[in-house]
Amino acid sequence: MYAFDIARPATIGEAVTALGHDGAQALGGGQTLIPSLKQRLASPEVLVSLTGIAEMQGVCMSDAGELCIGGATPHAVVAAEAAARYPALAYLAGHIGDPAVRNRGTIGGSLANNDPAACWPAGALASGATIITNTRRIAADDYFQGMFATALEEGEIITEVRFPVPETAAYMKFLQPASRFALTAVFVARFASGVRVAVTGASENGVFRWTDAEEALSADFSARAVEGLTVDPEGMIGDLHGTPAYRAHLVKVMTKRAVAAA
Amino acid sequence: MAQVSMTVNGRPVTGEVEGRTLLVDFLRGPLRLTGTHVGCDTSQCGACVVHVDGKAVKACTMFAFEAEGAQVKTIEGMAKPDGSLGVIQQAFQDHHGLQCGFCTPGMVMSAAALLAGNPKPTEAEVRAYLEGNICRCTGYHNIVKAVLAASGQELPAVAAE
Repeated sequence: MYAFDIARPATIGEAVTALGHDGAQALGGGQTLIPSLKQRLASPEVLVSLTGIAEMQGVCMSDAGELCIGGATPHAVVAAEAAARYPALAYLAGHIGDPAVRNRGTIGGSLANNDPAACWPAGALASGATIITNTRRIAADDYFQGMFATALEEGEIITEVRFPVPETAAYMKFLQPASRFALTAVFVARFASGVRVAVTGASENGVFRWTDAEEALSADFSARAVEGLTVDPEGMIGDLHGTPAYRAHLVKVMTKRAVAAA
Repeated sequence: MAQVSMTVNGRPVTGEVEGRTLLVDFLRGPLRLTGTHVGCDTSQCGACVVHVDGKAVKACTMFAFEAEGAQVKTIEGMAKPDGSLGVIQQAFQDHHGLQCGFCTPGMVMSAAALLAGNPKPTEAEVRAYLEGNICRCTGYHNIVKAVLAASGQELPAVAAE
């Protein structure tokens, strides 16, 4: 990889300052960024490591009953510490990559990257999470803006993510076993106000809400309720692992499985 | 260049690294700890797994500077103080949990991390935990058998044959 300078800020304020330099890039757990640097897909002049910032670590509950996860918290910590409070989200965190990847990779890094097949975007969008940055709060519905595209501004840092905890929820991931990303995965979350269904790994525009299923499931929360629905393969990802039609089919299958498991 | 200090297998070490120096290159180069292998260099194969502050990580996907102040343990730290094989290493030998041996350092380090948190795993838990460690020789049966044996459990019939 190309040479770069490093910064190891201890506070969010120091990180913001370091990211203000031209060519600066935030480094979370590095489980995507470091391979990208090796491939020279990224060539920052300064890499600002966020993992040493204590105030961005950990899992807790807010007074409003939301699950709060620090932006630099590794997946493995979420899997362990969220298990009692939001089991479906802990399951999601515990099935990203492999154990060694989960010990380094962070929720903030995953959401900032917004890989179209990543797990966290599905959990955040289905939960109606709030992405908190050093400058503002962004609703998940406004945050995800297409493949690898988000509402984040240059140098903006995800400091925390807040998840409303649904009555029931489940995440069903059809594993792409080589990459360990989702070939297609669906997160279903049932709230008193209605059901939210988020799909990752399927669309060329990244994570999306399957609103037809949300309406059907809000009226009747059963796998039966989505039986008559169809998913348009137009705009779905097609690659050597699956055609657009196959992924469209998986969206429905994984939604039904998630509803059955919730 | 920047100075980095950490504790590796109980020994304090200090070295000069570039920002881009990977932890595995720091271990294998200046420290001459070549037991940790680089297989794929793309975060997939797990041959480079070491422990950083007790957690299994892929040393090819972490910078040396990120381990500043950390306790690092490599395969060289798995032997008993008298230099004989540790319990997990011995189990790999006893149950023929390797053929070419290239993946073995990572397998042993992942197995150690598993057993530290889950001393009596099921066969399924062993297989799930080793998802990020790829072996191209054994078909995994003897590796799983070795990890179960190292945990002091009776070997299930399916894994024993």
